[in-house]
Amino acid sequence: MRTTIILKTASNYLLPVLLVFSIFILLRGHYLPGGGFVGGLIASIAFILHSFANGLNKTKELLIMHPGFLLPLGLAISFLSGLAPVALFDLPFMTGLWSHDPIAILGSVGSALFFDIGVYLVVNGVTLTIIFTISESA
Amino acid sequence: MTQQLILYPLFLQMAISIILMFGWSRIRFQKVFSVFGSILSVALAIVVFMYIWNNGTQTVQAGNWKAPFGITFVADMLSATLVLLTAISGLAVSIFSAGSVLRDRLRFGYFPIFHFLLLGLNGAFLTGDIFNLYVWFEIIIISSFVLITIGGEKAQLEGAVKYFTLNILASMIFLTAIAVLYGITGSLNMADLAGQIAMVENRGLVQITALLFLIGFGIKAGVFPLYFWLPASYHTPPFAVSAIFGGLLTKVGVYALIRVFTLIFVNDAFLNNIIMIIAILTLVSGGVGALVQNNLRKVFSYLIICHIGYMIAGIGMFTEIAIAGAVFYLIHDIIVKTNLFMVSGVVYRIKGTNSMRDLGGIYANWPKISLLIFIPLFSLVGIPPLSGFWPKINLIKAGFAGENYITVGAIIFASFITLVIIAKLWAEVFWKADKELPLRSNFGYFTNMTIAKKLQFVVPVALLSIVSLYIGFGAEHIQELSARIADELVNNQGYIDAVLNTKN
Repeated sequence: MRTTIILKTASNYLLPVLLVFSIFILLRGHYLPGGGFVGGLIASIAFILHSFANGLNKTKELLIMHPGFLLPLGLAISFLSGLAPVALFDLPFMTGLWSHDPIAILGSVGSALFFDIGVYLVVNGVTLTIIFTISESA
Repeated sequence: MTQQLILYPLFLQMAISIILMFGWSRIRFQKVFSVFGSILSVALAIVVFMYIWNNGTQTVQAGNWKAPFGITFVADMLSATLVLLTAISGLAVSIFSAGSVLRDRLRFGYFPIFHFLLLGLNGAFLTGDIFNLYVWFEIIIISSFVLITIGGEKAQLEGAVKYFTLNILASMIFLTAIAVLYGITGSLNMADLAGQIAMVENRGLVQITALLFLIGFGIKAGVFPLYFWLPASYHTPPFAVSAIFGGLLTKVGVYALIRVFTLIFVNDAFLNNIIMIIAILTLVSGGVGALVQNNLRKVFSYLIICHIGYMIAGIGMFTEIAIAGAVFYLIHDIIVKTNLFMVSGVVYRIKGTNSMRDLGGIYANWPKISLLIFIPLFSLVGIPPLSGFWPKINLIKAGFAGENYITVGAIIFASFITLVIIAKLWAEVFWKADKELPLRSNFGYFTNMTIAKKLQFVVPVALLSIVSLYIGFGAEHIQELSARIADELVNNQGYIDAVLNTKN
């Protein structure tokens, strides 16, 4: 497949911008529209765009590990964020834990953020695995 | 820590799935770890069961949001029993999968999905929130779609399409019913709904909602006339998959029916009559359907439908004895149906076919295995003192007490027809003279397997047979358990109090 030089150049700049944007959406999601699911989709769009412009192999090199690995990783993070109140404070499963002092930029950090990070990784992993599998078999 | 004990089965299954996913391509590791994890989950389920037995109904408010606003997890005796049975069946099928499922299927994440399915089942049994129940149902059907299509054979996909269509339909009806229920009462917590629904004055609307639930769960449970997807799909996937489907998936529908119709829509004469008619038709049509089948797994599929009728009849009669009978039957049926589908897998590996006409001579060549298989087959028929016999006493007793003579007739007819079918099956498959079948190339015949591999086929069948024998010979214990469950279900105030007045 031949790609135009415009797309190729643009995708190199768009990749980091989209990734940062996806993290912004992820962090924004606690009170405003956004969150792990949308953030994960945007992050995967960044990689898909990169693979359209530069070919699948280049993107795979960029990712280092197979995107399928993100599934158990993300699930584990989400699961542990739910387990943390059980294991640490003997509170019911999935009780929100919050830090007392707000952190700069992020604001108050709670276990919900880690849950969302897990979702972010899972969505990213699923989308990329699906798209990569389809493009490989096509 | 112990106050959240009832969630531990869920944590364990989730953890097993995640760890298995980390070892996605290491099949040997997956086999060993899945069996190991299943043994752990049986041990854990026993602990949970004993705890509930000694301390009564336990609840956890997930996220520490008070009921009825948050999602409540409730373990009463019924839930604890079903979690235990799920763990036992899960262990057997896990061992059986390690032996029988082809490598090509294991490579695509068979074991992680299998444990997700068990997670969904445990969740459905433990949740006390009707919308959360829907979510667990979704987890169950999504996992089961993967399991039923994994491998991608043509027949499998054909079965999967039917399975998929009707289950999605059932889910949509279920969701609609929840929406209507929420519209009427403004609550989703089942214990809270129990009180709210009783106060609604528009009984017609309540009955219609109940009917929607009945249709939604009925499709999943496989009751007349909504069962056609079941025999069309259960004979297509690998044997281990149809074992877990046959043993547990339809029973989740039955569980949901029991829960909803003993807690929310309680003892309405109109509904009870409808349920009773459905039960009678299910008993008769499932039995007649099984008579004419030739494929072993299709016979068992129709028998699932037939025997769902017993449990539905128990709900329909709605006396304590009848519900005890239904619960007893549920306990017996989960173990024996899981076992029978594994048995058909063993027979398939011995002879290379599942067609009753072509099978034969297994008793002459494999006497020990035949004797082992004899146990689940005749437990199903319920020849005393095997396990299928005892629940029917309860049901028939309740039928006579309530003067439901047609139901009693249907129950006896279904038992009789099951006897005919199993006797025919025994004669055709085990006693009939051996028929020379053309040898299939590239087929892992049972004779050629190593001892370790053979054990992976025989041990799970033996395990579940022992449980069946226990249910039969230790019927007193199971009867005591069922009576206690029935008592909790009929006098549901205990459940409601446990959910709404919790300290944590």
